Amino acid sequence: MTSPELTHPVPPTRLDDEEVANLEEVWTDRPGLYGFLATVDHKRIATRYIVSAFFFFALAGVGALMMRTQLALPENRLLGPDFYRQVFTVHGTTMMFIFAVPVMQAVGLYLVPLMIGTRNVAFPRLNALGFWVYLIGSLLLWVSFFMNTGPDAGWFSYVPLAGPEYGPGKRSDVWAQTITFTEISAIISAIEIIVTVFKQRAPGMTLNRVPLFVWAMVVTSFMVLFAMPTVATASAMLALDRLVGTHFFNVAEGGDPLLWQHLFWFFGHPEVYIIFIPATGLISSMLPALTRREVFGYPLILMALVGTAFMSFGLWVHHMFAAGIPMLGGSFFTAASVMIAIPTGVQIFCWIATIWTGRPRLTVAMHYLLGFFFIFVIGGMTGVMIASVPLDWQLHDSFFIVAHFHYVLIGGAVFPLLGAVHHWFPKVTGRMMSEKLGRIAFWFTFAGMNITFFPMHFLGIYGMPRRVYTYLDGLGWNGLNLTATIGSYILAVGVLLFVFNAVRSRLAGAPASADPWGADTLEWATSSPPPSYAFANIPIVHGRSPMWTREPGEGAVTGLDSKESLDEQQRMTLITSVIDARPDGRHKDPNPTILPMLAGLAIGGALIACLFTPWGLPIGSVLVLIPLLLWGYPHKPAAEAEVE
Amino acid sequence: MTDAFGRQAALIERLWWPTLWVLTAIYIAVMIALAYAMLRRRHVDEVKSEVRTARWVGAAIAGTVVILFAYFISDLFTARAIAGIERKDGVTIEVTGLQWWWRVEYSDSVPERRLTTANEIHIPVGRPVRIITSSADVIHSFWIRELHGKRDLIPGDKSEFWLRADSAGVFRGQCAEFCGLEHAKMALVVVAEPEAQFQAWYDRQLSAARVPPVAVTRADSLIRSGHDVFVTKACVMCHTIRGTTAGSSIGPDLTHLASRRMIAAGTRTNTRGNLAGWVVDPQGIKPGALMPPNNLTPAELEALISFLESLK
Repeated sequence: MTSPELTHPVPPTRLDDEEVANLEEVWTDRPGLYGFLATVDHKRIATRYIVSAFFFFALAGVGALMMRTQLALPENRLLGPDFYRQVFTVHGTTMMFIFAVPVMQAVGLYLVPLMIGTRNVAFPRLNALGFWVYLIGSLLLWVSFFMNTGPDAGWFSYVPLAGPEYGPGKRSDVWAQTITFTEISAIISAIEIIVTVFKQRAPGMTLNRVPLFVWAMVVTSFMVLFAMPTVATASAMLALDRLVGTHFFNVAEGGDPLLWQHLFWFFGHPEVYIIFIPATGLISSMLPALTRREVFGYPLILMALVGTAFMSFGLWVHHMFAAGIPMLGGSFFTAASVMIAIPTGVQIFCWIATIWTGRPRLTVAMHYLLGFFFIFVIGGMTGVMIASVPLDWQLHDSFFIVAHFHYVLIGGAVFPLLGAVHHWFPKVTGRMMSEKLGRIAFWFTFAGMNITFFPMHFLGIYGMPRRVYTYLDGLGWNGLNLTATIGSYILAVGVLLFVFNAVRSRLAGAPASADPWGADTLEWATSSPPPSYAFANIPIVHGRSPMWTREPGEGAVTGLDSKESLDEQQRMTLITSVIDARPDGRHKDPNPTILPMLAGLAIGGALIACLFTPWGLPIGSVLVLIPLLLWGYPHKPAAEAEVE
Repeated sequence: MTDAFGRQAALIERLWWPTLWVLTAIYIAVMIALAYAMLRRRHVDEVKSEVRTARWVGAAIAGTVVILFAYFISDLFTARAIAGIERKDGVTIEVTGLQWWWRVEYSDSVPERRLTTANEIHIPVGRPVRIITSSADVIHSFWIRELHGKRDLIPGDKSEFWLRADSAGVFRGQCAEFCGLEHAKMALVVVAEPEAQFQAWYDRQLSAARVPPVAVTRADSLIRSGHDVFVTKACVMCHTIRGTTAGSSIGPDLTHLASRRMIAAGTRTNTRGNLAGWVVDPQGIKPGALMPPNNLTPAELEALISFLESLK
């Protein structure tokens, strides 16, 4: 292991000034609105993805505050049952489908290409399409909610409550269609990441040198590819039951409500790990900079990631223990649910070992990582408790579960994410976030989170079920509920301070150097913020910590941007082999175009029209076909050349 | 988890406490390790031994595996003990969930001794009780935490489970699966009482309502006219009162309404005032409930409530 003192902020540029200027011209988007809408730059798209996800996070957070305000007092009449059920459904749907999964994928779409030393994602236009589809789907949900057509059967939409008989109107249709949108964008992002990582790594970055965050995103992406089709099937079946009159879930015609639960949770449990695994990747990739050593146990952590991914598909039934499953089946899923604690434990131990043997420094990002340990491990412990069938019979669908998964998701995903924002903010914006304000925001967030959710464990044990819009006086729940409500306001102050800090630092933060933390991965090799072409010279990788093993004046890839390609205004990325990352050739990166946005609008229009008329499908298909035909219309063949 | 009155809940509680303490101890150990890792003094020329670190990590993983395995085994034994209840001489009760109340049907080999009631279940202490679960609309979940964990009531999917109360008590249960608008106000009362008391209650519940044939006192005449209000207004469309012409099963059976502790599925105590408030304006108490508001004159209301209060 080499100490980080040997780092070099910016690698020596091999291209001369004229060539760099050419690169700049070829890669940079046109100014103005058209350039904004037509961009296929993964950095710009990922940034607006992240900003949108945080925007919806804030909206869903306001929903949470409304719920907590309603529950502050027994038999409070602030929100009626009808509004309350929409609020908690939209809160859950937003947090899971519109915030947590997309924001992690978006951070991946920003960081992965930079971490592996390439200039763009594999299919940049598809990437742009993914964002537009995501945005339209998210707006569909929230606009519907503001029009009192928000889904109202819970984020899990159990039938028959969400079926045609007990959920009339468009509310559950909006839910099913929102899911369709987010499935499309999630699958697109997954494909982007897998192909980018397997084919575009910088030379020398063999698979055993890939940064752990990148690995985490690859594992997550494969999980998305296997989990999302299940919920796509389920939501399509629900939509058919509701709109066309099929009977998949209709008991009277031989349908089965439990079928829905199996399909939903076969997706729904991996979903939790789809959110959590990227967060573990963020931790593994921040710790080297924060402890000034490589992460302890790279192979162990990697095996834990892959193991978690496989196991996460084998424990969905633990959401259904109370449905009355046979004992042998229950035992199997208990075993699987208990077992998945092992790889998570492995990661926790490796990180503690990293801190133990490193030289930690207490940046704001480190605060959030320590907060992660404090909170997430509680969530892990309660998770072990509810893996047991008998204990789950008592705790299931009570406020204990609300406490459990907020500890897991806020601790396990939001805290690492907020830490990551502090950590990578200088890279993305070129400005440092205020550490002082960051600490204050952290302590509000940390205290608020615990004051809100810790009392909920007791509420659940004392018998308070989930998803109730009110409760009676005299059941012993008043004090705990009021405490939780106060905590939620403290948490909100923390989040507001965080947002304020981000906005203020974006406008007037201290300028950041290329590598302010002395970190080890390649994104710190380029300037902050990175230029549109990311790297003038694609670096060559010699180890797991390329920034720490870099020699002065060492080689970089040449010949990628030959004079001839620059003259033709072509953008080039380097293609390398899957396992060893040997240069395979170069690939012309597509130019910016507005077609992905038009295709996104067409898909969005078609899916929304389907809510109201079956004609949405045929007419929408034709509308979608037009931009796709233009998109695929053959241009003159791209130049093929060998990389020297 | 904390106040077990029944065999099943006691078994779960027996698994709960050691689980809680062991996991809390592990949590504290992890936090201490983390704090030490952060705060320990570092020598300038410290030689870090990756091998020694690996041993510690390996030991921690091994410990995790052992503890989780032990936990899994105790979970298996608990689950089997819960299922392995003595089933001789059991009481069979079919509980059906409806938006937003509970239909309760006691079965008996003698047809005349079958009993239908609602929202309040009596069980004899010490005897096993078989609960058959079913739902008439959406999914509900039956949960009396002092006696047992939850069991979902799923339409089209009748299933059964057993429980046994080991000491007497009155318990509040609440629907635990989101079932629509008034999920929050779908509660029930379970009374565990000694066998003799249970039998007396059961026999009383079997009897039909008695409307005084002739009104001798003013009270009798109130009850009689209350009965007339009941069978001529909307009430009769949904409710049954055995012994009268009211025989619909859309809403709860009210034959012995006055004997129940709560009204509106555990939402209000069964007092005269609450009952009157509920009859006149159910939507004010449970917005979205399927019971319509009733426009009654004060005289009609007073008579009706007197009648309902006579249904002991």
